[in-house]
Amino acid sequence: MMSWQEAADCLARGSATLLSLWGEPGAVHLALWQDGAVRHLAFACPDGRYPSLGRCHPPAIRLERAVRDLDGLDPVGLPDPRPWLDHGPDPASYPFLPAEGAHLHQVPVGPVHAGIIEPGHFRFTCDGETIVRLEQRLGYVHRGVEALMQGLPPDTAARLAGRISGDSTVAYALPFARAAEQASGTEPPPRAVWLRAVMAELERLANHLGDVGAICNDAAFSLMHAHCAVLRERTLRAAAACFGHRLMMDVVVPGGVAQDLPAAGEAILRALIDEVRLRVPPLVRLYDATASLQDRTVGTGIVRPELARQFGAGGFVGRASGRDFDARRMPGYPPYDALAFDVPVLAEGDVNARVWLRIREIGETLGLLGQLLDRLPVGALRTALAGQDGEAVTLAEGFRGDVLIWLRLEKGRVARCHARDPSWFQWPLLEAAIEGNIIADFPLCNKSFNCSYAGHDR
Amino acid sequence: MRRTLLQGLLHRPLTEDLPRGEEAACITLARRLDAAAQRMLGRGLSIRAVDAGSCNACELELHALNNALYDLERFGLRFVASPRHADVLTVTGPVTTQMREALVRTHAAMPAPKWVVGVGDCARDGGPFAGSARCCGGAAAVVPVDLWIAGCPPTPSALLHGLLTLLRRPPPGGTAPAGG
Ligand code: SF4
Repeated sequence: MMSWQEAADCLARGSATLLSLWGEPGAVHLALWQDGAVRHLAFACPDGRYPSLGRCHPPAIRLERAVRDLDGLDPVGLPDPRPWLDHGPDPASYPFLPAEGAHLHQVPVGPVHAGIIEPGHFRFTCDGETIVRLEQRLGYVHRGVEALMQGLPPDTAARLAGRISGDSTVAYALPFARAAEQASGTEPPPRAVWLRAVMAELERLANHLGDVGAICNDAAFSLMHAHCAVLRERTLRAAAACFGHRLMMDVVVPGGVAQDLPAAGEAILRALIDEVRLRVPPLVRLYDATASLQDRTVGTGIVRPELARQFGAGGFVGRASGRDFDARRMPGYPPYDALAFDVPVLAEGDVNARVWLRIREIGETLGLLGQLLDRLPVGALRTALAGQDGEAVTLAEGFRGDVLIWLRLEKGRVARCHARDPSWFQWPLLEAAIEGNIIADFPLCNKSFNCSYAGHDR
Repeated sequence: MRRTLLQGLLHRPLTEDLPRGEEAACITLARRLDAAAQRMLGRGLSIRAVDAGSCNACELELHALNNALYDLERFGLRFVASPRHADVLTVTGPVTTQMREALVRTHAAMPAPKWVVGVGDCARDGGPFAGSARCCGGAAAVVPVDLWIAGCPPTPSALLHGLLTLLRRPPPGGTAPAGG
């Protein structure tokens, strides 16, 4: 097995990508993506100290700060002594990084924002309208989910997993269920595996439709938003008709799924696919042919491909900047190995590329839904979890990117769980992407990232 | 674009009637509503939403109220950016310890008379996050709540019915929920 030092070297050299870093009393864990596989290593640190990876690999910094806050493990050599998820007894004393210059001014925004938005703080330092530095401060929606899960039966913990980031409830419930199955040595029935993919793709469709409209809305083009919001609503209603809940919460469960597609389900979903196929192309033409909109999205908020690669950014943020990674393909999981789909990748890395990535993925998702319905296996929906102790690391591709779950089961209960949202490696890139842009473009840029506050803070 | 706009004009509206159903069951009054305030506010309400630790699904459904099918504004209800413009504060989430102060300050910034609506099971008692040391266990632990809308998350129609209760317009097809 790889040593901690070797792992640090691989990360710094770029021959491995950091998937997550988390702690428990006396040990720190690391998950890496290397040579097309997920590697998990644990480093025993009985004295509560371990050599910092963030020292030589910046994407680890926030994770190490979080581990220090939540598990009390000290990353020796980490240059940033500030807390991250735990604001401590005196939150107002948090020192933001300095920005110096003659004409600079600061604009503090949040945690309460001006819309129906999750809470977080943004500290802008500007020179006139131009942003010189953005610094984020997150953690406001830290609910202590991982601590709450300890000792719960897997079924109850799965409900919590599905509420780490509500817009990705399937994308969390799925890797959680797979981790519980792998840890306990359980094989879910094929029909359940396929139905889970139906739900995952419906979730992706609803979110991408919502995002495309919302991004255009932040560029003051509300027409797109109005049309996309109707299509999103249709998708949620189809989900409710098929799975009993608009967002499909608590349907993916350890061992299978909690309910079957009703008799009318296939027809409902096929009608939805047809409607989206019919209505999206004119909207895409509208997006592409509206010069005032293109003026806002093209060339705005560029994420450089090197940075996307270094941070291992997943989802549309990574793929719009040339990082060809999709957990459905690599490492892959059933039933996607039996389905045909493209993983679109673009190189420009601007807001426009992140919009186009979503548009292309909507097309792929419709294709996947059709294939899933064509070949849905018959049979059982759920198997009881086998009783064996064990642990597992799983990845699943949500609409936003790859969600990682690490789960350890002992005596049929959750001993520990760690959930890493894709936003962990996207939020820092937003800080970089906004540099040199005007402050009025921040909402647009932020929406094109659509990072999860709840998923990050958990 | 002209084509899209024209089609929009020629098409019949997508907006639906207020859905009927068992929505009233999702709504509970936490305090007696002040009749005088209700009269004063007439038929419009400005709403400020604060996420105090939500999983973000409650926000998605609040957002859905603005889509063409629910069209919140036809009832005189609208979301506003500043608490200083708001009559109603909606609170989602179990109120994390780290959002407590921001919630208190937002509420304090609203002019009286003001109402607080707890949206979702989290806001009621912490919901799935009840018992966490990082949460305050619901909105009422921090601000005075007038009305609860249950659900995880509440559906847009439950949200609509709940908010209309504040305007003292009994939801069609159901009676106004009993005070408690
Ligand atoms: S009530 Fe449910 S949907 Fe709403 S914030 Fe809480 S967990 Fe999320």
